[in-house]
Amino acid sequence: MTARDAINRAHPLWVAFIVHRLSGLALALFLPLHFWILSLAMTDPARLDGLLGFTERGIVKTAEFGLVFLLAIHMFGGLRLMAPEFLPWRAPHKTLAAAAAAVSFLLACLFLMRAL
Amino acid sequence: MLTLRLYMLQRITALVMAPLVLLHLGVMIYAIQGGLSAEEILGRTQGSALWFAIYATFTLSIAIHGAIGLRAIAAEWGGFRGYGLEALMWVTGAFLLGLGLRAVWAVTYGAAP
Amino acid sequence: MPVKTHQVTIVRSSDAATEFEVPAHDNQTVLDVVSWIQQYADPTLSYRFACRVGMCGSCAMTVNGVPRWTCRTHISKVLQDGAVEIGPLRNLPVVKDLTVDMDPFFDKWIAAEGVHHESRTRHDDIAPIDASDPARVEASAGIECINCAVCYAACDTVTANDSYLGPAALQRGWTLLNDAKDAGHDAILEAVSGTGGCHNCHSMGSCTALCPNELDPMSAIAGLKRETAKSFFKRRR
Repeated sequence: MTARDAINRAHPLWVAFIVHRLSGLALALFLPLHFWILSLAMTDPARLDGLLGFTERGIVKTAEFGLVFLLAIHMFGGLRLMAPEFLPWRAPHKTLAAAAAAVSFLLACLFLMRAL
Repeated sequence: MLTLRLYMLQRITALVMAPLVLLHLGVMIYAIQGGLSAEEILGRTQGSALWFAIYATFTLSIAIHGAIGLRAIAAEWGGFRGYGLEALMWVTGAFLLGLGLRAVWAVTYGAAP
Repeated sequence: MPVKTHQVTIVRSSDAATEFEVPAHDNQTVLDVVSWIQQYADPTLSYRFACRVGMCGSCAMTVNGVPRWTCRTHISKVLQDGAVEIGPLRNLPVVKDLTVDMDPFFDKWIAAEGVHHESRTRHDDIAPIDASDPARVEASAGIECINCAVCYAACDTVTANDSYLGPAALQRGWTLLNDAKDAGHDAILEAVSGTGGCHNCHSMGSCTALCPNELDPMSAIAGLKRETAKSFFKRRR
């Protein structure tokens, strides 16, 4: 059953779909944490500074790279989805999906380089 | 499990967020240099009506967009249907909106000066 | 000289044998293989076919995990180490063995208003058709659909959401929407905007990637999304 499913889905747009879905899910799960940390500015400023200090650690930087990538790929992937829905042309889907991934990766790399 | 109305809300909030995400990415790439501190973040945002308006709009869009997105996932991968699905969407949206607005308030007007 | 054979696994609904050794021939199709099994190895095997030349749309099955027309697929193209697994189409109830119940597929075809909405009577002239008209180009793009349900079986959104109308039915809606001879514009937009409508599509594109007629249901569904979005704003005004 699993082997058959894998063949069935082995094409670029299905991959683009699963990347969009999983990045969206991950962002939705991360956001409550993000919001809670920022709220510490009001309730416990010292703790906020302590937590922000964690962003200096290598492993946390890698995680941040991932988050920036997730945000960028979800946005560019979403724009790619909407283009053929709102514009009356038969879109070069695969090229657009690849471009979205490439631009997102570059942005995340830029972020990481500035962070280091 | 998406109707025309939910689909339109999903697309409209996406279009609202597209420039805001670019802005947010820009701020992150700019702000991360030299490390993050509460002082630096608050120095930028505190008392600013503009940042409040921008991030409140962002948060509202996120809450709507996220709730509808999670609804689709809950329906397709979690088998949710009917009232359970509706409840999940509304609770998720309210949760994200509440937490998000609290955070926006905290970094603009809420923090002790 | 030993006869060359294929190792064929049939995914069956009954307890009957599922493994067969089928003699190889030149230019042999998957349908030939299934027919050989039914005629020479197990007469109880149920499957469906009619034209054998890719016109009737009745012989689609899952071949090594991919929904295909068995009549237009050479066995040599799908063999993996001399073996192949053949099962019924996904997303439809199995009647027996390789035969699926197509009722849900056709019910959704009707639910998407995939029926003729008359615009003239027999006393009127036939509507003139300009083949280069943009709407006609959109309509013509989808008219070669023969209801084989390959796209329906390929679609993960259909799997996850039993009310989703699916690529074939929605593409027919889009075709009729653009057909000057069809008066169903509003009825179609209404039909494709419900809980099972076009807005559930995630553009994963398996329909377009696997359509044996090389049609593009994904873009047809995108067209429906565009038209329903326009009507959404019109209704608000």
